[in-house]
Amino acid sequence: MYEIRIHSRGGQGGVTAAKLLALAAFRDGKYATACPFYGAERRGAPVVSFVRIDDEPIKIYSQIHEPDLVIVLDTSIMDVVDVLQGLKSGGTVLLNSAHPLPGCNGTCRHVDLTGIALAENLVVAGSPILNTPVLGALAKMGVVTFPSAEKAIREMFADERNVKAAKAAYEELKA
Amino acid sequence: MLTIATGNKAVAAAVKAAKPGVVAAYPITPQTEIVEQIAEYVTDGDLESQYIPVESEHSAMAACIGASAGGVRTFTATSSHGLLYMHEMVHWAAGARLPIVMANVNRALGPGWNTWAEHSDAFSQRDTGWLQVFVGTVQEAYDATLMAFKIAEDERVLLPVMVNLDGFALSHIMQALETVDLGDFLPPYHLPHAIDTENPCVYGPMTGPADYFRFRWDIERSMRDARGVIAEVEREFAERFGRSYGPTEDYRCEDADVVVIAMGTLGKEAEVAVDRLRDEGIKAGSMRLRWFRPFPDLDLAGREVVVIDRDYSFGFGGVVAHSIRSKTGVVPYSVIAGLGGQEVTYNDIADFVRNRHPGTETWFGVSDHV
Repeated sequence: MYEIRIHSRGGQGGVTAAKLLALAAFRDGKYATACPFYGAERRGAPVVSFVRIDDEPIKIYSQIHEPDLVIVLDTSIMDVVDVLQGLKSGGTVLLNSAHPLPGCNGTCRHVDLTGIALAENLVVAGSPILNTPVLGALAKMGVVTFPSAEKAIREMFADERNVKAAKAAYEELKA
Repeated sequence: MLTIATGNKAVAAAVKAAKPGVVAAYPITPQTEIVEQIAEYVTDGDLESQYIPVESEHSAMAACIGASAGGVRTFTATSSHGLLYMHEMVHWAAGARLPIVMANVNRALGPGWNTWAEHSDAFSQRDTGWLQVFVGTVQEAYDATLMAFKIAEDERVLLPVMVNLDGFALSHIMQALETVDLGDFLPPYHLPHAIDTENPCVYGPMTGPADYFRFRWDIERSMRDARGVIAEVEREFAERFGRSYGPTEDYRCEDADVVVIAMGTLGKEAEVAVDRLRDEGIKAGSMRLRWFRPFPDLDLAGREVVVIDRDYSFGFGGVVAHSIRSKTGVVPYSVIAGLGGQEVTYNDIADFVRNRHPGTETWFGVSDHV
């Protein structure tokens, strides 16, 4: 089982990113569950959501305490939340950032999802949309296939700019 | 069609397939997505139904009672304080023998204000005469809602059915969902005592002790008959659609020395705990209790039993643990866990089994073996 924890702020689309990722994995023929952890959310508050991907039906409903992959859609959260908590040894971190994280020894990948969203003018209520471009980066990392990522995005959103943004993130993610 | 969906969306999809003539509901977290989705179906013309956005849950159930007695299939959904607010009408629906189907997204009761999973809301309606089923997966939320209409409307039952799913843990999780082409699985709604303007009569008049007493016995007689009807409907569902259900979902129970009994998502996660325990050489099994009313007959002879209650009857004990004890004579190890959405993992469930003390009660993370 591959377990993913997504850190974001309320309103940034972390919950939708989890749903899109689960749908893409499902379109890859895998079993997948997406479960947001709902607290007393409000815009801007740190939120977390979980995705599990497996070849077998998934019977676990509790939170993910030892993720294989941590996604950070807003790096400012790292001042208040220990995003690396429980990360498996050999696990990976994907950051929404134009720059690598200083001191992150080989486990961190980064891509400027915000820049990509702004370039495509993917902005809702003043916030850049990060949940569709991040799927492109995850496809580059092999978490899902790109065709399934594309399919999932089109199933949930009619606007083709989302697919373009995902393609851009796929291409821009550093190896 | 195969897709992925939340538990709430699965319930809404089943309601769309069942085509109720009236849906009356009031939104409440974490149920809101169900009624939002149904309202959208109605607005988009995907469901030909009268959607009544009432001002309270009491009115939601009152509207369902009127509509159901008027001769149409009805549905509503609620949760927690919403269910408590409709309590008077919940009794009335059963007493009037109206086969209303209601989804209840299980949520804790305040104060403190808490929107996460707990079964106390459903259990507070335990003695109303409603059938109660608890589901453990998104697919089951869909399947059980479809079957609920058929079971409720069967003339041997004619009692309302409450379909329970864990707040957030199931209502908001996305899992695989296969929707079905119902065909003639659900016969047209027929209520023998429906309001007939050609043959006017009085509903709910003053009833003397002798008749009232008979009406109560009649509810219990139907509740007893419901067991057979449930089994029939679940069998037919399995034949038509390939997914089988029973009063419990048993996992690795055949040769088990110790059986975990839980409901809802905890009952499903218990299966993962069972696999871990088996790897250690502990012969464990899981029995997920699906039907709570009517309460099933369980064969637990010769086994140790660990019951996880996501509920509590203050001054008495875990509702499920005591139901098991009174129905089977088995003295279980009673674990109270998951109240108000408390995080309980398969590792925790495995620990409950490893550290079991039959005859005692443990409040997980708070107080052991009291």
